[in-house]
Amino acid sequence: MTDDNQILDADRWFPIGRTDDAPFRHVHQAKLLGRELAVWRADDGFVNVWDNRCLHRGVRLTVGMNEGVELRCLYHGWRYASRTGGCTYIPAHPADAPAQTICNRTFPAVERDGLIWTTLGDNGPHEPPPEAGLDNAFALRSLPFSAAPDLVRRHLEATDSSARFFVQPVDAHECVVHSVLLETPAADEQISTWRHHADTLTGVRDEVEAIAARLPTPEPLTVALERIEPREQGVPMPRARTDAQLRVTIARKWTTATGVVALELESIDDPLPAPQPGSHIDVHLPNGLVRQYSLTNRSGDAANYVIGVKLEPESRGGSSCVHDVLREGDVVAISAPRNNFTLRRDASHTTLIAGGIGLTPLLAMAETLHDSGLSYTLHAFAQSTDHLAFADRIADLGEGAVTHLGASPAETGAALDTILAARDDDSHVYICGPGPMLDAARTNAEAHGWPDASVHFEYFRNDTEIDDSTSFTLSLARSGLTLSVGAGETILEVLRSAGVAMPSSCEQGACGTCVVGVVSGTPLHQDVYLNPSERAAGDRIATCVSRSADTELVLDL
Amino acid sequence: MSGSPRACADPAILNLWHPVAAIPELTVAGDTSMLLGSRIAYGTNDGLEPWVRRLDTDASVPVRIEFGFLWACFGDPPDSLFEIPEAAEPDRRILNAGSIKVATSAPRAVENFLDMGHFPYVHTGILGEEPRTEVVEYRAALENDEVWARDCQFYQPVASAAADAGQMTDYTYRVPHPYCVLLYKSVPTDPSRRDVIGLFVQAMTEETIRAHNFICMVDETTSDTGLRRFQQMIFSQDKPILENQHPKRLPLDPRIETPIRADQSAIVYRRWLIDMGVTYAVIPAA
Repeated sequence: MTDDNQILDADRWFPIGRTDDAPFRHVHQAKLLGRELAVWRADDGFVNVWDNRCLHRGVRLTVGMNEGVELRCLYHGWRYASRTGGCTYIPAHPADAPAQTICNRTFPAVERDGLIWTTLGDNGPHEPPPEAGLDNAFALRSLPFSAAPDLVRRHLEATDSSARFFVQPVDAHECVVHSVLLETPAADEQISTWRHHADTLTGVRDEVEAIAARLPTPEPLTVALERIEPREQGVPMPRARTDAQLRVTIARKWTTATGVVALELESIDDPLPAPQPGSHIDVHLPNGLVRQYSLTNRSGDAANYVIGVKLEPESRGGSSCVHDVLREGDVVAISAPRNNFTLRRDASHTTLIAGGIGLTPLLAMAETLHDSGLSYTLHAFAQSTDHLAFADRIADLGEGAVTHLGASPAETGAALDTILAARDDDSHVYICGPGPMLDAARTNAEAHGWPDASVHFEYFRNDTEIDDSTSFTLSLARSGLTLSVGAGETILEVLRSAGVAMPSSCEQGACGTCVVGVVSGTPLHQDVYLNPSERAAGDRIATCVSRSADTELVLDL
Repeated sequence: MSGSPRACADPAILNLWHPVAAIPELTVAGDTSMLLGSRIAYGTNDGLEPWVRRLDTDASVPVRIEFGFLWACFGDPPDSLFEIPEAAEPDRRILNAGSIKVATSAPRAVENFLDMGHFPYVHTGILGEEPRTEVVEYRAALENDEVWARDCQFYQPVASAAADAGQMTDYTYRVPHPYCVLLYKSVPTDPSRRDVIGLFVQAMTEETIRAHNFICMVDETTSDTGLRRFQQMIFSQDKPILENQHPKRLPLDPRIETPIRADQSAIVYRRWLIDMGVTYAVIPAA
């Protein structure tokens, strides 16, 4: 590669717009080296630079909506979280948590000298662009040129101007020239300064484009379509105790209620996977115990995870370790979030009932529904005001939240009876709290005619409570492994726990990526990928959703 | 895209009938368009015999008339086109509801027509509405070498002019031709019968189409203009989505895009195209 072509080197940093191209709630379309980019600023100021393509059907994300912490595709309403690009919600399947493999391609962004910069390189961490020290920079008009970027760069270097020029190579024969002034002109001179520089640059453009028109036009750059690569990490694995691939530091630890501490967990390396309301993480404690805690983050808010931990009087070392041992600055291993308590967002009204520390997943749900303008009520039960965790966030919900303080068991039962008396066919209720309260809520819901499918309880899967009647044995013909698949586990998860590298993509039985051959046994097909004759043949199975009709299934692995 | 479009060399596509124009729009003077990457001229003579000529080879090509449209074939013409028995019923209103040029590929237009999940977002307040976004399980499979999706249901805010509340609407979808798609929907005034709405896609090039809207309805009250206007309003909402899809040609590798269970009909459709060996207007699987 000659020096002249270095400007087309993907590992370099390039400007892709001015900082004011990404104003509040806008999605800016940019193009760099033939690749289209969606550039959007989250409400916390974070600038996202993504492939401009929804992973579902390839629709440009720049025609979608910037909703503050999430970007919503215009076509099917899929939501992607700021920072990670992870999909948090698929409206066509409101009861299913999106697979964490559904994650948009993100590129790093920095803002400096009045411009937004990114790099498309894959070769590890990069030094950001050299800072011109233009803290006081004044961005001038950005001008598109129909000419090779390097030709433009050479002409600009020979241009006498007080402005600094930065070339955005859009394609082999296209670029945008961004210019900034070292100092912001006085208010009454800004328009004339702007006009003067625009005239100068337009003159350069006329000259360069006239030269470019006489040169052979280079072929446009081609960007290969990337397959959505299956990832080993971030895949939901209910039993995997070794699945602690994320490292976080405790950025903040504070007492949020009597006997309850809150921890804010900050990623050390990559951004944390996008949380979905209702999801939880495994926390690996310094004493070797592993405990599960719900994330309180609203949908798509992946800045830092926030959990709440109650000191259990009967603690066997889990909550007491969090309370007494963990300190701000400590490094902790956690799993990627998993979601067994998925929030539907298609209910006419959602009732959220929280008892004590059971508030944590429901707070995430309440804030998500609140942000989306959907009808909900959060009922938070606590012993007293002092026992109400995250009271400030509950207060921010305004009329969406009702607190029930110091209720006796009988009063709690009566309150649940009143809350659950109101329902229509399209309402849903989510309940998380102590056992007796769950039982009371379940009884009440039944009495008021709630269908089972509309009442959702949070539970953490327990290894000792697997229903053997629906479990089966999995034998791997080639590797000789014999594994056991329990209720609530998928074949895919069990294979991965056993160290078998398995590709997957949609994890809904739709894409066929995880299909493997069946040597013997009868598959119980639950996918939509295999056609009727393939199902009838019984020699292949989609391992992400399908199970075994027999006690043993032998796979060609 | 630079350069001239690639003329179709895909026998799976060349040996099919392709729609060219609605019969009432044929002129004696003739018009020009494109089909499968070749420029064509088409029209009708005084005796109402329509004709289609390729301008790249200057050859006249076989034509036929079906469902109110003119069809042409560049290869070995099949004896018949797919059948729509409802079109033969005497009280049916059969209309062409507009031929609209779109910068997309024919299979992308077919998939969009098969898709229910976008109703609340693209046809807001008409065919769907948030938060009623769920696509309930349905059955899609090949039947007699056509794609059929049955037991499809979707919540529709305005099911008919008389309705004042939303209701679940039943749909059946059918893809009888790689570039043609039909839907069947209950007639509001007579639940025993079904309206048929179709999209016959003229692949002008791999990445440009003319979508011919076909209506075959039982409706005694709405004017022709009213029926056409409704179809065109719906299609005009789909057009900007179709023109913002990348890539324009349909990728047949299931891992280029992320299908979900709601896309079962599209999954069957893509696998059907693979099995037929279709290479035109698609990106073949690696």
